[in-house]
Amino acid sequence: MSIKVNNLTKYYGNNLAVDNISFEAKKGEILGFLGPNGAGKSTTMKIITTYLPPTSGTVSVDGFDVEEKSLDVRKKLGYLPELNPLYYDMNVVDYLDYIAALDGIPKSDIRKKREEMIKVCGLETMRKKDIGTLSKGFKQRVGLAQAMINNPDVLILDEPTSGLDPNQIIEIRNLIKKLGKEKTVILSTHILSEVTATCNRVIIINKGKIVADGTPEELQGRSKGQSLVILEVKNNCDKNAISGSLKDIRTVNKVEFVKDTGDSFIFNIYGDKGVDLREVISTKVNSQGATLLSMQAKHSTLEDIFRELTK
Amino acid sequence: MNTQNIKTIYSKELKSYFNSPVAYIVMIVFMVISGFLFTVSFFQINTASMREFFGSFFIQLVLFVVFIPAITMRSFSEEKKQGTLELLLTKPVTDIELILGKYLSALTLVIFTLIPTIFYFIVIKLIGPIPFWPFMTSLLGFILMSAFFIGIGVFVSSLTENQIIAFIVSVLICLFFFLLGKLLVVFPPSMVSVFEYVTTDYHLSNISRGVIDSRVLIYYFSMIFFTLFLTKVSLESRKW
Repeated sequence: MSIKVNNLTKYYGNNLAVDNISFEAKKGEILGFLGPNGAGKSTTMKIITTYLPPTSGTVSVDGFDVEEKSLDVRKKLGYLPELNPLYYDMNVVDYLDYIAALDGIPKSDIRKKREEMIKVCGLETMRKKDIGTLSKGFKQRVGLAQAMINNPDVLILDEPTSGLDPNQIIEIRNLIKKLGKEKTVILSTHILSEVTATCNRVIIINKGKIVADGTPEELQGRSKGQSLVILEVKNNCDKNAISGSLKDIRTVNKVEFVKDTGDSFIFNIYGDKGVDLREVISTKVNSQGATLLSMQAKHSTLEDIFRELTK
Repeated sequence: MNTQNIKTIYSKELKSYFNSPVAYIVMIVFMVISGFLFTVSFFQINTASMREFFGSFFIQLVLFVVFIPAITMRSFSEEKKQGTLELLLTKPVTDIELILGKYLSALTLVIFTLIPTIFYFIVIKLIGPIPFWPFMTSLLGFILMSAFFIGIGVFVSSLTENQIIAFIVSVLICLFFFLLGKLLVVFPPSMVSVFEYVTTDYHLSNISRGVIDSRVLIYYFSMIFFTLFLTKVSLESRKW
């Protein structure tokens, strides 16, 4: 188990930031920390990375306790703090060399490691530029290069894709996925699609508590929400008759007329959780003599679950 | 303690002093002021001595109360403001290594700034007899005094993320220690001997006379140690 969090609680003064959470993460896992702002994601990360001590509970990384073996923990870690702090007056090469030296990489290896990171993070053209003059996307890559230069077993990334454009986000996600195969990665985000795209496990935190823990698929299946089918039929029929007959289906809870597009009617049909309504709906529509134009089943998304759990 | 880490931080900090205008402004302005005062006192007094130079209230005030706070004001405040302190303190580097690296780099910059005084000494030496030892001890006194005030500056800078506040507060604290000695005359004689030991001025004038008293060294080293200790406590206060 590379990260072990046991009954972790953290108070800032009288403010409870993290409330008795426990979880574990192992090699090969990309763990997504999901939660609204102020939920305790960053605080948990700051504790894992030894920056702040827990108020109570224990955290260990590769068997080293974050309080007692702080320096050993730090050697195992790569950390990208929130807001990606950098020295704006240094150029990329000097900065990475400085970080590599602080990470304890032997002088003879620094050049090799730095060039490796520059290549992995696509910084070749920015080598000698001052970090302050780089675009946000490149700054983020420098931040990632910084976190990974010591080839850490554990990567802690606090909002790694914030402020990037869609292309850059996809690049960074692919990079994280590639790295995640032989490391333990914890990343925090409040962008839900990020979790589905990169993580193989999700922990949802709200008000300092873990409210859900599982794979993205598991969480989606756990939703209390109902299934939804969007139905479009040609307008050569009676819309009230259609909706009336659809309501007769046992598994249908609600039929909602959405709009008349001019040559078709659109309905939202809500049914019991986990039931695929499409087959029965199609039979019903045909029996009413109406023309079925299209039908689309909507699964509940992580967004629904997120909202349910963190409201 | 890992000296390699101290060296890494030290050279990065020293480089960043010379990458910004701070180092050049301090060095050039000090050279101009000290050069001017040296020339004036040299021709006015007409003796081969540097006592007036090192004893100059103005030189001391500029160096200890203005320049040193200007040099140290960003050492921790900037890291706090940019968030890079979090980055540094999650690397395998201890608080003490970080503090020493930063402290020693500021001290080095001040020593660089004091180098021109050696040329003044050489100039006087060319013209007349001037004892070497008092010059050396005066210079040592200046360096020890700077070392103490840099400690104050580094500590104050670790308290705030605002460089301007760090500067003003360090100026005030340095001014307090600096002026305390000059104001000793107003204290009743019975108290002077007690206060004397606390004031920097007393020790500085002692050492300038060419006497290296162990009490002087103990005073400065304990003050330096104390300020560095306070800085460590201040860095740890994030954990409270």
